[in-house]
Amino acid sequence: MIHFYKLNGYNIALDSPSGAVHVLTDIAHDLLSRLNPPLGDSCPADILAGFDDREATAEAYGDLYELYRAGMLFSEDWDAETVHPTGLIKSLCLNVSHDCNMRCRYCFAETGSFSRGRSLMSFETGKRALDFLFEKSGPRKNLEVDFFGGEPLMNFDVVKRLVEYGRKTERALGKNIRFTITTNGSLLDDDSIAFINAHMSNAVLSIDGCRETNDKMRTFEDGSGTYDDILPKYKRLTAGRSADYYVRGTFTRENLNFCDDVLHLADLGFDQISVEPVVLGADSKLSLRAEDLPVIFAEYEKLAAAMIEREREGRGFNFFHFMIDLDAGPCVYKRVKGCGSGSEYAAVTPDGDIYPCHQFVSFPRYRMGNLYDGSFDTDMQKRFAGCNITTNQECRACWAKYYCGGGCAANNLSQCGDPVKPYGIACELERKRVECALMIKAALADDE
Amino acid sequence: MKNVKTLNKTTYAKKAQNAGCGECQASCQSACKTSCTVANQKCEKKTADKKN
Repeated sequence: MIHFYKLNGYNIALDSPSGAVHVLTDIAHDLLSRLNPPLGDSCPADILAGFDDREATAEAYGDLYELYRAGMLFSEDWDAETVHPTGLIKSLCLNVSHDCNMRCRYCFAETGSFSRGRSLMSFETGKRALDFLFEKSGPRKNLEVDFFGGEPLMNFDVVKRLVEYGRKTERALGKNIRFTITTNGSLLDDDSIAFINAHMSNAVLSIDGCRETNDKMRTFEDGSGTYDDILPKYKRLTAGRSADYYVRGTFTRENLNFCDDVLHLADLGFDQISVEPVVLGADSKLSLRAEDLPVIFAEYEKLAAAMIEREREGRGFNFFHFMIDLDAGPCVYKRVKGCGSGSEYAAVTPDGDIYPCHQFVSFPRYRMGNLYDGSFDTDMQKRFAGCNITTNQECRACWAKYYCGGGCAANNLSQCGDPVKPYGIACELERKRVECALMIKAALADDE
Repeated sequence: MKNVKTLNKTTYAKKAQNAGCGECQASCQSACKTSCTVANQKCEKKTADKKN
């Protein structure tokens, strides 16, 4: 499966199953679009006859044929045999706080409560979660634990104690836990900043962009804006940080011009940025609609062009959804399995319930078990592992499937009522982001 | 090649040899938490190779 497109003056062909990305001359682009496998060692006469410059066309064919022989054009799709369900859990999202001190208008967690009442995770529950992870991870060495909420810093003492327990126990078991935290920033102080920078391999810091954008959505309980409160704290945290971080925002259909907000965050000095589409039910007035796509596509193109310009000026920054490492990225097994929700990744609530991921917590029928009664639904785990880009027919037909890994099951559930029914708008956005990301690679390759 | 510039040095098939260790990060533990993508994840083996 080959995806052809033109963007920003580049003719790009992506050979989806091999991952090979080619930038083509006009004649090679035109020629390739007319070819079908298998290819012979010379250009078919009927195709050659369709070009004015036959010598140049034959030469272009030779280049394409060389790539075909190298498995970088018309390669075969990967099949279900690529997936090896292990039954292992290697990543946990700990919802240490089902409470939040903000009242963000787009919150998928019902301002922290997940429609389950406000509560904090006890140390005992968190400890059981880590023990569950140690046991379920089998021979996997590298594990991940994200402190999430609501707002996890509302339960900071338990966070600290769980990190201490995890560090002590991992050594005995030969494991390596990467702790991460996702925070709204308001409760950051010198103590928590120092702790996060010492112990968290990644810190996700929520902010939507400029003051006007952020404060329209992200407010305290009294309705006041949060921008002026959190920004200096984020600057202090990132200034003293050597490990990964992301300032992370959300855009809704009320601020489709999110490119300006991304650039605002870059202008503030942040160089790890993620601004992502809102996730809410289709009935929300903030949810993105099909008619918004042309505007969003234009924003992604504008952002891509700005990133190329800034990179060339020596002030480049990283945008999470444009990150693609063409040579050192994940292997095909990872690409086929996708995010691993419900199979390798799970979330734990303050009362010890286990869900396929943090976003499933609002859907009681997807409760997989509980840490106190020892239950865990391995049949549901197998069902989640079995849903992947080799089994989903809509995904199989998509050229971008090795980039998204099948998308977000929770997103599919909230929008389409079924975790395996691809949410079309998210698919459209992902395809556009991949096109932009590859075009950035093409443009920067020109500079080498 | 006169007509094609290929941006990668390798393919998924070449990288699939000795791959699939499962040690890499779950996508949602990186930044997104709402919109899955796998292509921007790091290969644990490649990361370890760079450190060594």
